[in-house]
Amino acid sequence: MNNRQKTPHGASTASPEEVARFAAMADEWWDDTGKFKPLHKLNPVRIAFIRDMLAAHYDRDITAALPLHGLALLDVGCGGGLISEPLCRLGADVTAIDAGQEAIDVATNHAAQSGLNIAFRHDTPESLADEGLQFDVLVSLEVVEHVADLNAFLGALASLTKPGGVIILATLNRTLKSLALAKIGAEYILRWVPRGTHDWRKFVKPSELTKGLEPLGVHLHSMQGIGFDPLHDNWFASEKLDVNYLASFTKD
Amino acid sequence: MQNDYDVLINGAGMVGGTIACILAASGMRVVVLDREAPSVQVADSYDGRASAIALGSQRVLDGAGLWEFLHEVASPILDIRVSDQQSPLSLHYDHRDFAVTPNNDGDGSGNPLGFMVENRHFRVALARAIEKLKNLTVLAPGQVVAIERDSHKVSATLDSGRVITADLVVGSDGRGSIIRRLAGIALTRHDYGQSGIVCTVDHEHPHQQVAYERFLATGPFAILPLLGNRSSIVWAEKTDLADHIMSLSDREFQEELARRFGSFLGTVTPTGPRWCYPLSLQYTGYSIDNRLVLAGDACHGMHPLAGQGLNMGLRDAAALGEVLIDAHRLGLDVGRHSVLDRYQRWRRFDNGLMMGATHMINAVFSNSIEPLRLARVLGLAVVDVIPPLKKQFMLQAMGLSGDLPKLMRGQPI
Repeated sequence: MNNRQKTPHGASTASPEEVARFAAMADEWWDDTGKFKPLHKLNPVRIAFIRDMLAAHYDRDITAALPLHGLALLDVGCGGGLISEPLCRLGADVTAIDAGQEAIDVATNHAAQSGLNIAFRHDTPESLADEGLQFDVLVSLEVVEHVADLNAFLGALASLTKPGGVIILATLNRTLKSLALAKIGAEYILRWVPRGTHDWRKFVKPSELTKGLEPLGVHLHSMQGIGFDPLHDNWFASEKLDVNYLASFTKD
Repeated sequence: MQNDYDVLINGAGMVGGTIACILAASGMRVVVLDREAPSVQVADSYDGRASAIALGSQRVLDGAGLWEFLHEVASPILDIRVSDQQSPLSLHYDHRDFAVTPNNDGDGSGNPLGFMVENRHFRVALARAIEKLKNLTVLAPGQVVAIERDSHKVSATLDSGRVITADLVVGSDGRGSIIRRLAGIALTRHDYGQSGIVCTVDHEHPHQQVAYERFLATGPFAILPLLGNRSSIVWAEKTDLADHIMSLSDREFQEELARRFGSFLGTVTPTGPRWCYPLSLQYTGYSIDNRLVLAGDACHGMHPLAGQGLNMGLRDAAALGEVLIDAHRLGLDVGRHSVLDRYQRWRRFDNGLMMGATHMINAVFSNSIEPLRLARVLGLAVVDVIPPLKKQFMLQAMGLSGDLPKLMRGQPI
């Protein structure tokens, strides 16, 4: 990795403390019985939403071998590649970026061992936008609540999306319930994620996403909440958007 | 590097073969190994047993594309009569009380409680279904002699020296599972001190599609209706007595059999060979490990008195098929713990319940201690007169209650 010491080029919306914290955890990313177990358990619900949204938008059959075949997809904030790999297996032509070099190293290495061809880059959406790149699909999960300037970040995503393309975001809503569950519950009581993973004040309300994207010609298509069933230790698709939620948008 | 296959299944028997068909039909790349060549497995002398297929299991076989090859050779079970030799009371299940699907005959009789299928017919059906599946490779005879598992793959070394890689290995290789042994998964075993004698009989009068379960002092004795005036006998005896019975001449064997069978179907004549299997309860503490899954008898072997062993295996197949196909369609690596954990949680309670129930029933009935004898006489009578309890027992055995996999509900995955 010749650019290990380099900071991502271009004006960056990623805050340095946040990048460093995730890099420290990168090695553990793929251990689904370890620290990232909650994320691995959450994954099927998130991927199902992405797959089903794209299948509906591009008229694909989800039981077919490669339902996302031929779609140029950018995963922003890919971490260890937990979402990039499955989407690649479903046929998408995946580019994945992260502001943490160590995460990119972990993801590159893991995908190579899985025999998957994914273009991982230690980069920011802003610099890709500067290059004039565009994709059919943008996916950015659990990222918007970590960025320094939400509207600038959403602007970069919009410019990276081809006309007629799709943007899919996942984040945590800023409600009293999410403060109780996602911040205090998950970090302090259940210890699902390390303390300090989230800053509740940066959680994002659905209206803030639509307000940031609407002026750019990107319209809300649908939203879905993610609920947790403690009895079966399982996440499920829900109509309640008050804690974790996913949202899909389409660009004019 | 991509692995050679998505899933390697060791054991192409009734459970492993069904899993292979379910997965391959969904587009997964499957290789299945068996120590016996297919031509050996379909020979009449290979497996003389017949299996009770509960209604839920029949739906699984239908979804797996196997029932189309079985429906003509399956013998429906319309009634089940359970009795205790020392009691005049009995328990009677009539399929008309369990109509879950309307029947096309229009006589309101509904579905049967289950079917009897001869194992050799099952193996022929498997061979025919497998032939039609493009994504399914059969390597038989072939045996796994070593497996290595890491974070990305299972590498299985075969007896031929060939090495195959896959995302996941499934051990559906029976009570003596090689996969279980290679993975070092501990087995808890309880020997019943009984052996099961199995044979087929001809009888003078038609059985009217009724199955009989008699609890004799030394062990349960079941008469299960096959096609024509034939029935399959599953006859549990204490092991030393079973060995003695196996050594009898044909005429003496027929006399021993007739003493237990009775004369209600006229003259009874054993046909074909007799088999004898030691009976035990055995189970593993867990059924998943890194990139490895156990299914069927490999992780739970139970007393055959309720005919539930294969049915539990087919429920495993339905649950495992659904879990793996769901994960595959999400692009997930099917060997991951987070995927396999769903299968283990799904099946643990149901398998435990059935092993416990068959164990308890055998313990209570194969016993002549007076309070237990009274309890079971009363128990049969009580169960027979309390409809909800009676119905719940049967729905559980038919595979129609609980959190069912889609295939058991008659839905595609």
